[in-house]
Amino acid sequence: MTEPLTFPPKKDPQKRSATPTRPPEARSRASLALTAAAAEGRFALQVCDECQIVQYPPRDACMNCIGTDLRWNDVSPKGHLLAETTVQTSTKLFFRERAPWRMGSVKLDVGPLILCHIHGDCTRDSAVKVLNRLDKSGQAVLIAIPLERSDHMDDDPQLRALSAHPKHRRILITDAWNPNTPALARALLDAGAATVFVGEAESWRPHPNRDALASMANVEVLPLDVTDTSSVQKLAGEIGGKTDILINNARFLRPGGVLSRGDTGFARDEMEVNYLGLMRLAQAFGPGMCARTADGVNSAAAWVNILSAYALSNTPEYGCYSASNAATYSLSQSLRGEFRSSGLRVMNVFVGPTEDDWHAPLPPPKVLPQSVARSVLDGLNDGLEDVWCGDIAKDIRDRWRKNAKVLEREMTFGSDGA
Amino acid sequence: MSTLHSLATDIALGNVKIIDLTHTLDPDFPVIILPPEFGQCARFRMEEISAYDHRGPAWKWHNLTLSEHTGTHFDAPSHWISGRDVPNGSVDEIPLDAFVGPVVVIDCSEGAAQNDDLELTVEAIENWEAEHGKIPTGTWVLMRTDWSKRSGAAYLNMRKDGPHSPGPNPEAIQFLINERNIRGFGTETVGTDAGQGAHYVPPYPAHYFLHGAGKYGLQCLANLDQLPPTGAILLAAPLKIKNGTGSPLRVLAMIEG
Ligand SMILES: [Zn+2]
Repeated sequence: MTEPLTFPPKKDPQKRSATPTRPPEARSRASLALTAAAAEGRFALQVCDECQIVQYPPRDACMNCIGTDLRWNDVSPKGHLLAETTVQTSTKLFFRERAPWRMGSVKLDVGPLILCHIHGDCTRDSAVKVLNRLDKSGQAVLIAIPLERSDHMDDDPQLRALSAHPKHRRILITDAWNPNTPALARALLDAGAATVFVGEAESWRPHPNRDALASMANVEVLPLDVTDTSSVQKLAGEIGGKTDILINNARFLRPGGVLSRGDTGFARDEMEVNYLGLMRLAQAFGPGMCARTADGVNSAAAWVNILSAYALSNTPEYGCYSASNAATYSLSQSLRGEFRSSGLRVMNVFVGPTEDDWHAPLPPPKVLPQSVARSVLDGLNDGLEDVWCGDIAKDIRDRWRKNAKVLEREMTFGSDGA
Repeated sequence: MSTLHSLATDIALGNVKIIDLTHTLDPDFPVIILPPEFGQCARFRMEEISAYDHRGPAWKWHNLTLSEHTGTHFDAPSHWISGRDVPNGSVDEIPLDAFVGPVVVIDCSEGAAQNDDLELTVEAIENWEAEHGKIPTGTWVLMRTDWSKRSGAAYLNMRKDGPHSPGPNPEAIQFLINERNIRGFGTETVGTDAGQGAHYVPPYPAHYFLHGAGKYGLQCLANLDQLPPTGAILLAAPLKIKNGTGSPLRVLAMIEG
């Protein structure tokens, strides 16, 4: 059984922090579909339309019938561990630093024989489940885990390297005012986070979360206003070197599209908070976090953005807010590229309409704070890049993938006036 | 010696002191808070353009974002609907002589220490006049509450039923305008009206009556405890903003001492 991960001792200030290294990033184009599935935690393999064979590794043609109509389908991840070995050293720096490393071969129930990483709790000749996870290069790798969960199985070093688990980590939530902040802080602490820092803007006026946050042990409320560069820089100066996960939930939202507003005032606030806020945070916290992705048990692991699902396709009832989120989503993609070499993961959590004052006129279902917290925790645990929180977010995703123009047309219906 | 030369000499010798009645423009200084569906007052923000670096090697400068009504600021008549048709009602049109003039200070600090919602009343003004003489025409009247010594949440003093801070009641502000023909009215709080001023008839009486009568407002003032009750001169010139309804400004007072 996996030994529980112990809280790391204080760092020796005379020792150089470990330099981030990463596993090989190169993949074939066909293989990137596996990465796309891993980005949202799915186990998908190529299935040949012609002969129905499931194949791995990904190729451009079916290795059974040379057919080229290959679909990526979610398939059963179950299989049987046939053989395993422990790699003691490697020519690749990343594995060399992390040796020993278990590898093995698994016969999947759906057919293919795969070579993959092996969780420490797997025994030879046993049934296993194969996870499709992103590694520090942001590429899909497969790891076999036991079918039965054990208490500390997330602490397995090979599995932990493929996740951004909050255990023992120090996490910054950027907006104390957001209705989801207490639920997020609670969930992170329950998952073993060492400290939850919470940024609070405008402490000169009261807000409804203050008492809830003050009552939680290991929560530190600190001044932070993402619209104020000096405030962001100040907090980064104080805690930037020990921020392992940053969750940006700062949000400015007002209903309305272009014509229902007479000016650009709220739109400016939306861009200041939702878009430029992310940029300010990234400029202040990003470099420090990128430098600390190999810094032991509480290394920097993930950057989390909570976005509106309408970032994908605008809903004119919240037209200007949607537009600001589209900009933010695009910026998060730039950050993915800029963070990639360090191994710092950018996770976007797309959320449908939330249960709050600004969405009061909308019919249910609406996303509760607890659901956002669960999505964030699941995403960190599984090392995801894209998380869809709530039925509406998932529905928008599916329709967007099916036909973005059809979705746009559906979202922009007119009404028959008198 | 000319008047101005003797003034300069007195300033140099310390016979006339300059008092700064201004708060520092700081991103974290409170602004007035309206219900969130209304447009909001921009906070003070400062973005570096360059700081002797690759963005500009030998110079440092900033871009600012702020409202006409951020920080220590001046309210022009056009700020309020009652003053929308007042001639020369915007900051760029106000005659210059309005910006320099005599000032009296009514000390309400003792009452404000006991009661967050302290009202300036006609009775309080008359009591003050009994001691210091009748308020002359064309004078700035400042309400001292020592509110500027508060910081953080205590300044706005926002509760579930809104902010709580001292201010004039409708009768008092009308008395100052109609019976004393003052130049303007200034406070240490975030507005010329009391925190609960929305609940008077009319709502926000200081704004309503002052600006309707072409008078001016000053708010978020500091250091009023350093001014004498009478005898000081106030220098309060807003920025010359086209059609501006107000302006952050440096408010100075000259006192003989
Ligand atoms: Zn085939």
